[in-house]
Amino acid sequence: MPLLEVDNLEVSFGKHQALRGVSFTLEKGERLGIVGESGAGKSMAAFAVINLISEPGRISGGSVRFDGRDLATLPPEELRKVRGDRIAMIFQDPMMTLNPVLTIGTQMVETLQAHREISFAEARRIAIEKLDLVAVPSAEARFDSYPHELSGGLRQRVVIAISLLCDPEIIIADEPTTALDVTIQAEIMALLIRLCEDTGMGMILITHDLAVVSESCQRLAVMYAGKVIEEGAVNAILQAPQHPYTRGLINALPQMNSRGGLLTQIRGTMPGISELPEGCAFHPRCDFANAACKTAIPELRPLGAQNVACIHAGALKETV
Amino acid sequence: MHLLAFLIRRLFQAIIVMLVISIIGFSIQSNLGDPLRELVGQSVSEAEREVLRDQMGLNDPFFTQFARFIGNAVQGDLGTSYFFKKPALEVILDKFPATFELVLAATIMIFTLSVPAGIYAALHPKSWGARLIMSASIVGISVPVFLTAIFLIAIFSVNLGWLPSFGRGDTVEMPWGWETGFLSLDGLSHLILPAISLASIMLPLFIRLIRAEMMETMRTEYVRFAWAKGLHSKRVWLTHAFRNTLLPVITVGGVQIGTLIAYTILTETVFQWPGMGFLFLEAINRVDTPLIIAYIIIVGLIFVVVNTIVDLIYTLVNPMMKLPGAAA
Repeated sequence: MPLLEVDNLEVSFGKHQALRGVSFTLEKGERLGIVGESGAGKSMAAFAVINLISEPGRISGGSVRFDGRDLATLPPEELRKVRGDRIAMIFQDPMMTLNPVLTIGTQMVETLQAHREISFAEARRIAIEKLDLVAVPSAEARFDSYPHELSGGLRQRVVIAISLLCDPEIIIADEPTTALDVTIQAEIMALLIRLCEDTGMGMILITHDLAVVSESCQRLAVMYAGKVIEEGAVNAILQAPQHPYTRGLINALPQMNSRGGLLTQIRGTMPGISELPEGCAFHPRCDFANAACKTAIPELRPLGAQNVACIHAGALKETV
Repeated sequence: MHLLAFLIRRLFQAIIVMLVISIIGFSIQSNLGDPLRELVGQSVSEAEREVLRDQMGLNDPFFTQFARFIGNAVQGDLGTSYFFKKPALEVILDKFPATFELVLAATIMIFTLSVPAGIYAALHPKSWGARLIMSASIVGISVPVFLTAIFLIAIFSVNLGWLPSFGRGDTVEMPWGWETGFLSLDGLSHLILPAISLASIMLPLFIRLIRAEMMETMRTEYVRFAWAKGLHSKRVWLTHAFRNTLLPVITVGGVQIGTLIAYTILTETVFQWPGMGFLFLEAINRVDTPLIIAYIIIVGLIFVVVNTIVDLIYTLVNPMMKLPGAAA
């Protein structure tokens, strides 16, 4: 049985569905990349896993099985005990994630004290140990610093250190490098992978960068308009994408294009949650769409080693 | 070190502000009628008046008079009240404790009520309690302070007879000459209605301000991250959200507390409260120019002091703020 099993998760804002059925699984120590265009619902899916959807959004269907319990319906206090302790999260922009009026130390110690009966001195020791682990220089001095005294890269290291405090089983990283300098992005990614490998921690990595996923994850889920449309082992999907959208994404990678040639792109744009077309949400942009695509919403179903949500899946092989 | 540099800088600014205030205050003098008419009786002849004017320097050019005024003011002499025949500063400082205690009581009321009410309304915006608070605050913000005062008197003094409607009641004299109404039951009972009406003007504003700022901080990423860390709700609300709510509230609040002094003029008049505001209105009626100017200058000074204290508190709460003007 997988450690985390997200099944057909839905999130609604009033009448509109932001997530229309997200399904994926994560084994212990496994790393899953969730990719998709901006607005596909990747971040929403990440927050929905720990049931942290901002008002007026709410989880309106599906389940998040973790350790035999459904996080989507867990009482608030039980949910609180899971968040930060067993499933931790890293946000996109480290400049906004840390509270500007509290010291790094305060923000670390409070996390430990929320989940353990622990003295300040002991919490401080663990905090400094974690700061060391993520290679924050002069960790003891940084403990008393305020966030504004640190650079963006350093702040993201601190955020990672905070997420590691309680030795979680899963870490959810929501575009952890997007807001950082290009020079630091690779460093932070490498740090995350090393930490996962050293501690046996699982990771859900939200990104729009397929290349990053191919280097760092074992599994891949591709999202489009609030749905997972293809899911499986990274290598299998990259070698033989079954969904036309996944295929388009891979073909759009710069390294797939010939030097000097025009970059391939998927025509059109992704529809917003209030303007979804009938049937398969991708059909207006799809080269393989036919009349059937305009009526039925395809469900995720197994095809070889992966799961695909397309009625043409399996029949597209020769047309790459 | 920072603190000293800050205070020196502030002192310098304060001098400029005070200079401007005194120019404005002083120019009122030449436009507020003839002080001699108030000073002497009907029987004094025009020739005698002219001599008196010369003696008092009222015929000198504006800037000569102003320079003399500033020279005296620096030495603590703001002129002599025409009506009380005593130094204006002394007359005003006599009334200062009454006004100070009224403003202090109103401020305490404002803070102890607006903080919980504002936080509650922000956290449960759709609850009936929050709706009640918000509608009541609209009413409170719209009703002028003198009307509130008259209603309070009508209900609690006239109809119910619970509380006195005017004056300060018994006061206790402190060793350093300060007359306080805080230490006697009678003094406190006299304080309640004026303090409520003075607080009523700012309380709704503070509730709405705290609510709006708190709702804003509740939507920030760091509050979301605090939830993701699995902190208890109380910790997220009070330590993470409210600490950040405080920053704008202190900035706006500091200025508003200064404005309360202006509202004391109305409140003190309705309740016949023997404070500076009441005195000021009387001084205007009597064209007691030195007293009017002294009041304006004292209130200006209070504003400067209050704002300096507010800036100090702000830097304590906000680690990103070095003291303004202190060398970084």
